[in-house]
Amino acid sequence: MARIDRPVSRRQAWWLLAGAVATCLPLAPQFPLWLALAAAAALSWRAALTWRQWHLPPRWLLVMLVIAGTAGVFLQYRTTLGRTPGVALLVIFLALKLLELRTARDAVATALLCYFLILGQFLFTQTIPTALLACLTLLITTAALLAASDDRPEPQQQLRRAGLMLAQALPFMLLLFVLFPRVQGPLWGIPQDRFSAVSGLSDTMSPGSIAQLSQSDAIAFRVKFKGETPPQSQLYWRGPVMPSFDGRNWRVTQTLGAYAEVPYTGLGAPVDYEVTLEPHGKFWLFALELPATLPAESALTSDYQPVARQAVRNRLRYTQRAWPEAIAGINEARNLLGAAVELPKDGNPRIRAISAAWRAQHGDDSAAILAAAENFFSRQLLIYTLNPPLLGADMVDEFLFDTRRGFCEHFAAAFVFALRAAGVPARVVAGYQGGEVNPVDGYLVVRQYDAHAWAEAWIAGRGWVRVDPTAISAPSRISGNLADAVPAGEALPFLARGDLAWLRELRYRLDAVSNGWNQWVLGYNPQRQRDLLASLGLNEPDWRNMTAILSVLCGAVMLGLTAWILRNRLRVDPALAAWRRFTARLARRGIAWQPWEGPQAFAERAARQAPMHAAAIGEIAALYARVRYGPAPQAGELIRLKARISAFRP
Amino acid sequence: MPASLRHRLHEAFVRWALRVRPPEATPIVLTQRRVYVLPTRAGLAYATALGVILLGAMNYNLSLGHALVFLLAGLGIVAILHTFRNLVLVSIRPGRCEPVFTGGLAQFDLVLQNQRPDARTSLRLFIGEGVPLEIDIGPHASSVATLDLPALRRGWLPMPRLTIETTWPLGLIRAWSYAVPDLKCLVYPAPATRAPPLLWGGDSAQGSTRDGRGADDFSGLRNHQVTDAPHHVAWKAVARQQDGPLLTKLFFGAAAEQIWLDWDALADVTDAEQRLSILARWMIDADAAGLAWGLRMPSLRLAPDNGAAQLCTGLRALALHEHGAH
Repeated sequence: MARIDRPVSRRQAWWLLAGAVATCLPLAPQFPLWLALAAAAALSWRAALTWRQWHLPPRWLLVMLVIAGTAGVFLQYRTTLGRTPGVALLVIFLALKLLELRTARDAVATALLCYFLILGQFLFTQTIPTALLACLTLLITTAALLAASDDRPEPQQQLRRAGLMLAQALPFMLLLFVLFPRVQGPLWGIPQDRFSAVSGLSDTMSPGSIAQLSQSDAIAFRVKFKGETPPQSQLYWRGPVMPSFDGRNWRVTQTLGAYAEVPYTGLGAPVDYEVTLEPHGKFWLFALELPATLPAESALTSDYQPVARQAVRNRLRYTQRAWPEAIAGINEARNLLGAAVELPKDGNPRIRAISAAWRAQHGDDSAAILAAAENFFSRQLLIYTLNPPLLGADMVDEFLFDTRRGFCEHFAAAFVFALRAAGVPARVVAGYQGGEVNPVDGYLVVRQYDAHAWAEAWIAGRGWVRVDPTAISAPSRISGNLADAVPAGEALPFLARGDLAWLRELRYRLDAVSNGWNQWVLGYNPQRQRDLLASLGLNEPDWRNMTAILSVLCGAVMLGLTAWILRNRLRVDPALAAWRRFTARLARRGIAWQPWEGPQAFAERAARQAPMHAAAIGEIAALYARVRYGPAPQAGELIRLKARISAFRP
Repeated sequence: MPASLRHRLHEAFVRWALRVRPPEATPIVLTQRRVYVLPTRAGLAYATALGVILLGAMNYNLSLGHALVFLLAGLGIVAILHTFRNLVLVSIRPGRCEPVFTGGLAQFDLVLQNQRPDARTSLRLFIGEGVPLEIDIGPHASSVATLDLPALRRGWLPMPRLTIETTWPLGLIRAWSYAVPDLKCLVYPAPATRAPPLLWGGDSAQGSTRDGRGADDFSGLRNHQVTDAPHHVAWKAVARQQDGPLLTKLFFGAAAEQIWLDWDALADVTDAEQRLSILARWMIDADAAGLAWGLRMPSLRLAPDNGAAQLCTGLRALALHEHGAH
């Protein structure tokens, strides 16, 4: 039996400490300061123990420390379940386990805990640098596990062996990664703490809420178009639709899907594309206006916003089709239209007066009122800026007549207000506008600073019509990008700025690498696995034939590795091999070579028994003796020996 | 599982595993057919940990988590191969085995040979319930393993089944094999601690050497003759005068007699083992005293002589006395 009661040596303790440090360091930024310091203190204590060869702390002290650590984690997070508290607890256990390294069993447990915490690291980030760091941790931990068995080799030998073994494990990893039947998680509920700090659109809109997003260059989603990329001015990515207004905030009212299929028809050529959506913790999916199809596991709300059945907690990939032009909602329900003209009873008297004038002039002709509103907005000379002044209670009036400076949410809110005051149903649509094509991999990248808000008006006979009031005042925002639209000198995220071409180039490349990583490594899910296997000619793969293929391929790799590992360097000397052929031929004639016979002695005996071959036998034996036992045999002699033996026919 | 059943199953497995009937032809090569591989307890813990990591990776849809699990699973498979390789094709040859007295430790020497250009690390060998002996074998080298076994009974003690195992390099996998090298240890009867004194004269002591020289009291030196017992060579004197001739110590006295150690003289000791013990004691005493002694056993008669060879022959005769009965 393995001797699990063997005490842990000093060298093994150093190795395990190194593994624990390599495991904990990348996790440190995720934890509150006290926890990081406590873990560091425990690891330093271990280092001191090993250095000075002190006694291990008594068990009761460790039990107290475990209780104290658990209590600390509970006080910090108000729970011990979930991602961060769970990983925090494991870090505490690991640090304290190091303080009770007594036997080989403890050493193995520590190494396994380190392996487990590498997974903990992936809960927070899965970028390429994280993966590289994890490889390093894996290498050190594996070396520590090697040292737990045999601590005699030097550190670099230990690391080399760990690296060799991990390299040999790589083919298995690749096969399993591609072919192991994937299951779409979660298998059980994921604690909600995962998306607490993700920036993105919210389900309410107030002045400044989207301008805040413009400071973030985080990626919202990436899009791959099947055909031509549509012009920038058509790239309206529909997000939360907000028909409800309380005087300051616009709100989403529909959160549940009302339609399983789109309730309208499109005109003209559809656009096909694939979205890779970054997790945002909300239910909505972004779609190019107007969505013609719905992704799996999703539905359309009554205001045409695609929503997923489950909140988007993982990077999600879906294919979509859009109709750039569509007639939607001609026969819109009365209650929806009624809700789309509701306004608070009072406030913003100036714009209400103007709207009332349009109403008086055009009556029920909503198209004419819309034209009047657009005309009015263009005449107001509004300025598009990231830093609009603060607004008071009558914010629409103040924006339109006093400050005249605003961001897209000011424009959209004021425009919808004006239409509603004139009796035209209208609503605010939030989402993203535009995006940037990465020339390296051709993906359109939509970032948080592309967040936008626009208006939708309901015109009798035409249904819902998109109007972008921002485009009226700042057309370059729509045709170009944010940097073109805002006045020079306003603070923009680094990536949104247009200068520094070489940096932009570098960023494109990095982003393409990161996107490839996301698409093919992180985004390798059941769907992508099916697609890949289908492209390899394996249609409708189920887990049974996948497992069969996997076993066959793993078996093949294992055989290959076994052959390589068991390569028996008992390579037979070529001269000896030839000599054996020679003796085998003579043995068939009844002249068997005895192992104790030297070549000369055997040749003499064989020559006596087969006198007609005496000359050949003698020559071969002499040659063999010279090649095999003589000083520095020449290459030609071996060839001659082989030739003579091949020609020898007794 | 009850212990006895487990033991029986284990024995059945070993019988099947060994296939050939012991003792085996030498050298015993641990071919791949007779090397077995199973996870250790640590290996099972490792597999469990991988299962938990996989569940976590699935639940959180962590692609890198999947990659981690699969890499570690690959590492486990690679560990099987490395552990297997560490043991397979070791060849074992029986070495020496010196006779011991009952109650002592029989020591079996085995020569383990490694024909590969890389070392074999941390091989553990044990017989029975013995403490494992851990050895390494260098590249293209051989190591001698000495395994101890208490000798409980006189006669031939065959080397029991040898288990040779290794968990190197990761400790997750155990590769092991069994072998029964053709090696046996001769176990002499333990010399009795309380024996009747060696009988002088009387029936069992007959006559004396003609020149009266014996091996009792030192009387001088003369040139060595090939017939002289080696333990009478005056090694110290030889060492003092380099290149000088070998000298033999001469002794004088009553003890330069032949004595007979007789099985039948101990008729009043009923227990045969006890008799053998007493005879063993006498032989050792007689040899220490430098006497020429002979042995009379019911089935064997040993002419009087002295020296180490005589002692070995005598003790061997005692060890194997009616050995078939045991």
